[in-house]
Amino acid sequence: MADTPMNIFQVAGRAMSAQLVRMNTTASNLANAGGVATTADAAYRSIKPVFRTQFDQATQMSTVNVEKIVTAGEEPTKRYDPGNPLADKDGNVFENAVDESRELVDMLESARNYQNNVEVMQTAKTLILDTIKLGR
Amino acid sequence: MAENDLFGVHGTALAVRSQRMALLASNIANASTPGFKAKDIDFAAALKGAESGRLDASVTANTKFRLPTQMSMDGNTVELATEQTAFAENAVAYQTTLSFLNGRIGTITRALKGE
Repeated sequence: MADTPMNIFQVAGRAMSAQLVRMNTTASNLANAGGVATTADAAYRSIKPVFRTQFDQATQMSTVNVEKIVTAGEEPTKRYDPGNPLADKDGNVFENAVDESRELVDMLESARNYQNNVEVMQTAKTLILDTIKLGR
Repeated sequence: MAENDLFGVHGTALAVRSQRMALLASNIANASTPGFKAKDIDFAAALKGAESGRLDASVTANTKFRLPTQMSMDGNTVELATEQTAFAENAVAYQTTLSFLNGRIGTITRALKGE
């Protein structure tokens, strides 16, 4: 991929994949919201993708890649709940560290960005097809 | 790019429009990448330079960083409203250039057929 020049479909396509990864992490985070665990280590922590620009020198275009996925955000909170079957010997449980409103905002943003890239791809496709039909 | 008598300025214009579309698509693709700096081509200047010199060199020389109206905290300078407007405008201009080219091809074809 690195030796061939990048085109506009790769730019938009990879950005869509990156937003999809982000959407998947958001889904994982939201699915684990409200869960508890016996120890702080076992509790779920929010995961986030790290986006990195990939610049193509030949065409001056830049697309985006997901460099890695990291755990981010706050630590699991300790709550006293002795009735919970998951409680430790002191009667505490650890709540999964998921900020639901932040995840929802993230979800909306990645959905919007995904749509923008689809739009870019559609416009580019139409223009390229019109160029092929030139003179007919 | 050499002066093209058949298509006038429109051949070069189409090439510059195409490069600008790619650049604006890159900006939109990086709308949520921290630290990304949006770029744009000064179309008028790039076209002027391309008419007398090489297209690639002129486009590179006239590619500038976008000045954001308000910096975001992660250093990203992509403002989606700006980029989408520029992309739409560029797409319409591309279509216009295509129409000019089509008209020219039609004229030449009719002249050749002697209709």
